[in-house]
Amino acid sequence: MRVFFLALLAFFAWLGAAVAGESIILQSTTSTQNSGLLDWLLPKFEKKAGIRVKVVAVGTGQALKNAARGDGDVVLVHARALEEAFMRAGHGVLRRDVMYNDFVIVCPKEDPAGIRGTKDAALALKKIARTKTRFVSRGDDSGTHRKELALWRAAGVDPRGESGTWYLEAGRGMGATLNMAAALGACTLTDRGTWIAHNNRGDLTIVVEGDPKLFNQYGVILVNPKRHPHVKEKAARAFIDWLTGPEGQRLIAGYRLNGQQLFFPNAGGDGKGAHDGRDDPAGAADHQGQQPAEREFRGIR
Amino acid sequence: MENTFTQAFVEAFRMLAHLDADVLEIVGLSLEVSLTAVALAAIVGMPAGAALALHRFPGRQPVVVLVSALMGLPPVLLGLVVYLMLSRSGPLGVLGLLYTPTAMIIAQGMLVLPIIIALSQRAIAGMWDEYAELMRSLNVRGWRLIGTMLYEARFALMTVWLAAFGRAIAEVGAVMIVGGNINHATRVMTTAIALETSRGNLTLAVALGVVLLLLALMVNVGVYLVARLSGDDKAVTA
Repeated sequence: MRVFFLALLAFFAWLGAAVAGESIILQSTTSTQNSGLLDWLLPKFEKKAGIRVKVVAVGTGQALKNAARGDGDVVLVHARALEEAFMRAGHGVLRRDVMYNDFVIVCPKEDPAGIRGTKDAALALKKIARTKTRFVSRGDDSGTHRKELALWRAAGVDPRGESGTWYLEAGRGMGATLNMAAALGACTLTDRGTWIAHNNRGDLTIVVEGDPKLFNQYGVILVNPKRHPHVKEKAARAFIDWLTGPEGQRLIAGYRLNGQQLFFPNAGGDGKGAHDGRDDPAGAADHQGQQPAEREFRGIR
Repeated sequence: MENTFTQAFVEAFRMLAHLDADVLEIVGLSLEVSLTAVALAAIVGMPAGAALALHRFPGRQPVVVLVSALMGLPPVLLGLVVYLMLSRSGPLGVLGLLYTPTAMIIAQGMLVLPIIIALSQRAIAGMWDEYAELMRSLNVRGWRLIGTMLYEARFALMTVWLAAFGRAIAEVGAVMIVGGNINHATRVMTTAIALETSRGNLTLAVALGVVLLLLALMVNVGVYLVARLSGDDKAVTA
């Protein structure tokens, strides 16, 4: 029985190796997948470099945890504080800014919380809480969820005490959360990329946008090959260089849906204030992940 | 709403009529993973089920109850356990199997194993009264008895395979975690449906669901025909 079991394992290992080839695993977020960005970018990289990029799309929190276990070569996520903790813990060896867009608050057209046009996202959330307007939270430790919790803190409201009443923690990806909000006639916080690409918006419309606090920076990280020797460092670096290089950046800027640009390239910083000298005001001072790209950020709308 | 369903059926038949390459790949992988998982689980599970039905040994009753209970195992829990085993930081991490079809086969195989054991046991126990005397008089026992009874029960066992296959192909929780739903690598029907739903492409999601149903229907018809051509369709239709 034991021999049989071992033989079976060996067979599976062989099977696994047979289908592998030159490929890397990218742990990424639901927003990059649901917005269609990765489907647009990756075939071009694969054609050029001959390296397959296999995408596992989960929330930022889970992507970083999976990567910390060694289950991935590259991470592409959007939660600055988590990314920096990941680097400090030695799980990653290289982090670069890649692109940004922004978050928006979407509500049903009739604007039940009366926040349309509010420029202050925290104030808008405060009004949502006061009017007990239904709000669907990602509730999945993703980058968007982190951003939402930070906004609640800024609003001085702890909505989790109301969980299950007007505050609904979905525990799902961005698209699934938008489906829920559309079905319930509720408000939610979404990244603009997923919003533009989403085909089931129901009655929802953007009511709050443009607050600098809604800035959404994406970063790419190489998983530490010293800690996880199976990490395909060469292929992973090739991908990171391409993504943050001229071609990747140009393609990110060129990704449009319904005539709208979804992501704005801003590579050039390594997260420590470095700058490669290109005309790129965004990457330079991006340490807090808030102020730097504001000038361009205002140009999104 | 009605519109969504009409469009979904149109879309589903368009996919099938055009033999859309992406859809074919996903259908192919779904079949490959679930059929392999059921086949492997059957190789282990049918003799185990027969042994539970035919032999009396200490601790048999608790095993029967446990196997029965495991039929209700949530796929997502099993997926998590297999993930932790196959993760690079897990005990079997060196094999590098996470996010491969093999990992999905392992997860689905483990998922359907209790179903195959429990239902095989019941199928054979149900026939045993009829065969007990004959087998005793022919002095068939041990492994030969298990083999003989499995052969005699082959039509009833087809239903067992179908039940196991149905569970495997319809499952999404385990393959999502251990497969990762990677395009052109580990994307199967159910994870594709989940993805299109999360993209808000509800029509496409329902269309894929229609294809999945047709697929399950075809497998069932196939097994039914085999049974019928073998001159016994009672076991399958009953």
